[in-house]
Amino acid sequence: MKFDVVILGAGPAGLAAARAAGRRSASVALVDDNVTAGGQIWRGAPRIAVPAGVRFFPQTRVFDLRPGFTLLTESHGAMEASRLILATGARELFLPFPGWTAPGVFGAGGLQALVKSGLPVAGKRVMVAGSGPLLLAVAAALRTAGARVVGIAEQAPLGRIVPFLAKYPAKLPQAFALRARLVGVPYWTGTWPVRFAEGMVTLSGGRTVSVDYLACGFGLVPNTEAAQLLGCRLDDGFVAVDSRQETSVAGVYCAGEPTGIGGLDKALEDGERAGAAATGQAVNPSRGAFVRDLAAAFHLDPRLFDLAEPSTVVCRCEDVSCAALRPYREWREAKLMTRCGMGPCQGRICGPITNCLLGWSAESVRRPLVPVAAEILLKDVFEP
Amino acid sequence: MTPSPDVMIVGAGIVGAACAYELARAGARVEVIDSGLPGGGATAAGMGHLVVLDDNEAELTLTKYSVGLWHSLAKELPAAAEFWGCGTVWVAADEVEMAGARAKLSVYRQHGLAAELLDERQLYEAEPNLRAGLAGGLLVNGDAMVYAPVATRFLLEQSKAKVTRAAVTSLDDLKAGAVVCATGAMAPALVPGLRVRPRKGYLAITDRYPGFARHPLVELGYLQSAHGDSNESVAFNVQPRPTGQLLIGSSRQYEDATASLLEPMLERAFAYMPGLRACSVIRTWTGFRASTPDKLPMIGRLRDRVYLATGHEGLGVTTSLGTAKILAALILGYAPPIPAWPYRVERFDG
Amino acid sequence: MVKLRCDGVEMVVAEGTSVAAALLGAGVSRFRSSVTGEPRGPLCGMGVCMECRVTIDGVGHRLACQTPCRAGMEVMTT
Repeated sequence: MKFDVVILGAGPAGLAAARAAGRRSASVALVDDNVTAGGQIWRGAPRIAVPAGVRFFPQTRVFDLRPGFTLLTESHGAMEASRLILATGARELFLPFPGWTAPGVFGAGGLQALVKSGLPVAGKRVMVAGSGPLLLAVAAALRTAGARVVGIAEQAPLGRIVPFLAKYPAKLPQAFALRARLVGVPYWTGTWPVRFAEGMVTLSGGRTVSVDYLACGFGLVPNTEAAQLLGCRLDDGFVAVDSRQETSVAGVYCAGEPTGIGGLDKALEDGERAGAAATGQAVNPSRGAFVRDLAAAFHLDPRLFDLAEPSTVVCRCEDVSCAALRPYREWREAKLMTRCGMGPCQGRICGPITNCLLGWSAESVRRPLVPVAAEILLKDVFEP
Repeated sequence: MTPSPDVMIVGAGIVGAACAYELARAGARVEVIDSGLPGGGATAAGMGHLVVLDDNEAELTLTKYSVGLWHSLAKELPAAAEFWGCGTVWVAADEVEMAGARAKLSVYRQHGLAAELLDERQLYEAEPNLRAGLAGGLLVNGDAMVYAPVATRFLLEQSKAKVTRAAVTSLDDLKAGAVVCATGAMAPALVPGLRVRPRKGYLAITDRYPGFARHPLVELGYLQSAHGDSNESVAFNVQPRPTGQLLIGSSRQYEDATASLLEPMLERAFAYMPGLRACSVIRTWTGFRASTPDKLPMIGRLRDRVYLATGHEGLGVTTSLGTAKILAALILGYAPPIPAWPYRVERFDG
Repeated sequence: MVKLRCDGVEMVVAEGTSVAAALLGAGVSRFRSSVTGEPRGPLCGMGVCMECRVTIDGVGHRLACQTPCRAGMEVMTT
């Protein structure tokens, strides 16, 4: 299968890119590992439809990318593209505290995703904790689904959130609308969970709250692995792009969270630009400061990096504790000696954690990008 | 300024670490230098199989001696080194290979090594996920597995050697009573003209499937692949880690070959263990073995104060401890525990 | 509605429900045991963390959060 443009990721950025590219090219494919388009934000209910004429490949996991460009997929073999748009989104940042590995502790977006995929939460006591605008959106969605949201713990102090909102009045209606849906739900700022055990969350400051579920995410980590595999340059952990969303690798564009955490509006603008640029259309320049201001407002309190006890697990795949990592100076050394990051998630969860706690930067990406059945590796030109 | 060491070892892989350990035990002041992390090169890329091979007398002597040393060291190794006395099952596909298994059995027995012939039924009892229709096999009881990066670090720590992370461009610039080059497949960069060629190998590792394979499994045709000089070869070689993860190998190709051997290697593995097809592969990688023309390592003096410990092909982890014993004896001037001449460096001269 | 079984217990869920949502909804919180035997369940909900791995129709290490329920499915926690 050969296309002018293949877009990896069918979230807002990918859908906006598909819409823009579809205006000019009749040969556009949109690939996503989920069942439906929409990404994490619009999961199952996208506000931009997959444009007519764009081939959509749902539930299609890409496990390798090659220059030129070839995508190897689990279910559709090899796909070729003259241009590639990476709209791979972000995952949540988790931070270890005693009890964070227990069933019942989810990501904030993680619990929301589970609810959108059919988990009933009516009557469940849920605490939402961590950091960022996502917490309010998740809490509101959980409440709409019937959950009893017992509180929202935002690690950032109110003194940083208010000026941020004041600078972006366009975001205010959204914030007020969410808050209106959360009447009566406590919003504790400068507060975070320090322990979870037996259905009881202990918050910094000492408050304890009994919950059925704790939904906890400390912001977002860009999914840059596909870009790294293609050799795209990263800049401070994000994919470096020019004013047309093109990466350091000619013909590879990147849009949305991997180029800077900025949420929905930025993703839509990035996607539009990438889709237009990849098909030779004129592009509008980006506006920039929001990403930086958002990061500053919800900058993580360093005390969050000291919550883990020596026995607290950091690498969940291999059960590597905080104490077991202490003797080492860098990520690869710890990997070699403790197998931290060597499990099936390939360090996607513990890599960002060790970055926060120990200042390590994860090494280059290994193939396959996601675990695949051994026989799938035979199908094409897979080369480690 | 600290005094220069008695011995400077270049290369902090399993071979360099074992040499540091052995020389330090013999009383030498040792330092180690490597541009990368200890145990982070071919040592980390291999399977960690500790295996006696019998292609020739010299190989058998060194592997048998070394596996014995590993068993002696086992009780001192940290748990994270995952030493596992699992044995090896050599798989015979047909009656011809079964005859090979019987011949192998008699060689091993002659050398005092415990081994038992498995008939078809016993093979399936031992390894139910092998395909039907295989003839049998040979269980070699004394073989084992180790997680080599952790063993490497242990040996270095025991040696108390100072380990420096720096690139070495010339062996002659190093200030020491003796210099050991133990840089594996990269040795020719420091010793121009050395008859060591990088021989690439692919490996894949799966998620955990406890009990799927119970021993390291190697086809009897393996020696043909390992010791033949063909440019490209694959063999069925599947090894369970104690965690239940499965290492899938093996392949060999010289650096001028370009085709990926991952596919034929996996095909070969599936032909012996069809259930592997559905197993989830979480990572694949390649590494480079240090291959010599006769597939035996080079252990000994190169010139004046420069010594070599390289060329171990796929047996670096297995024979590291034996290599170190020989080299320490040669450097410090006492009799080696096994004859050293088959591994002498100058054997390819002229 | 879709009928499936988890560890021998029958459950009925709406069409489109993920296996992870079905199990959690039925009160199953331990999806697998970690390498040291700790109970684990879904975390990220989006196919990244691999914590929700279960055996589905005999195939191990399937992601419950990324797999929609199908009629007659046999799910085993590990």
